[in-house]
Amino acid sequence: MMRPNPQNAMAIEHQLAEHRAYLLRFARLQLRNEAWAEDAVSETLLAALAKPQSFGNQSQLRTWLVGILKHKVVDTLRQRAREVSLDSDSDGAADGSQELDALPFLASGRFARAPSDWGDPEQELSSHQFFQVLEACIEKLPRAQGRVFLMREWLELSCPEICKELNLSATNLYVQLHRARLRLRECLELNWFGQAS
Amino acid sequence: MFLRRTCKEVAALLIAREDRDLPLAERLALRLHLAACQACPRFERQLLTMRNALRQWRHYSQE
Repeated sequence: MMRPNPQNAMAIEHQLAEHRAYLLRFARLQLRNEAWAEDAVSETLLAALAKPQSFGNQSQLRTWLVGILKHKVVDTLRQRAREVSLDSDSDGAADGSQELDALPFLASGRFARAPSDWGDPEQELSSHQFFQVLEACIEKLPRAQGRVFLMREWLELSCPEICKELNLSATNLYVQLHRARLRLRECLELNWFGQAS
Repeated sequence: MFLRRTCKEVAALLIAREDRDLPLAERLALRLHLAACQACPRFERQLLTMRNALRQWRHYSQE
């Protein structure tokens, strides 16, 4: 039988505190609700504490925690599906920036101005500054758009899965994702890729 | 022309392609348009860059 070990407990507490801020950042980005995010992260850390034998390798620990967090976040979205879908009704009307949802086209259906050159699509982008800009752009998406977008891109759910979890129609989901992608493109153009040219 | 698409239609297809499989006829129309257009291949490359960027971000968010 394991005896309580105060030193070990403190070491674990210290490790968890380090990961907490990191987990919270992604939970906030995905859930767009401070209280839900805090709860999801607390549940994640509780689940981790139930298995202290997993506290070995730091980088494995983080990967493992993120995996648990994703499950907790999906549970939250499922439980809050009704509130989440209410946000999606108010998004479009509330922020009054529908022009962001469309690219500029001429009446003929041609681009009003040609899209700019962002360089090699396979370029290395994993710099801290780029990820900061990317996360800021995701954060700027209207709440419901941001949520479904990250369900696709962070939780890596399929569209049918997202529809099922949130009780959304496929058409509604595709419209939201379409708008989210356009806005993200615009934001990255303005704050990252446009700077180079 | 059943295979002719405007840039506006093509842009919508390129965005849709990120989230669902396009019907065969649309894929064909897309190819034909991209081969003949100056602007749309750039837009396609922007979307592919975003796809790549999000993949790298996902990897980073897991570490």
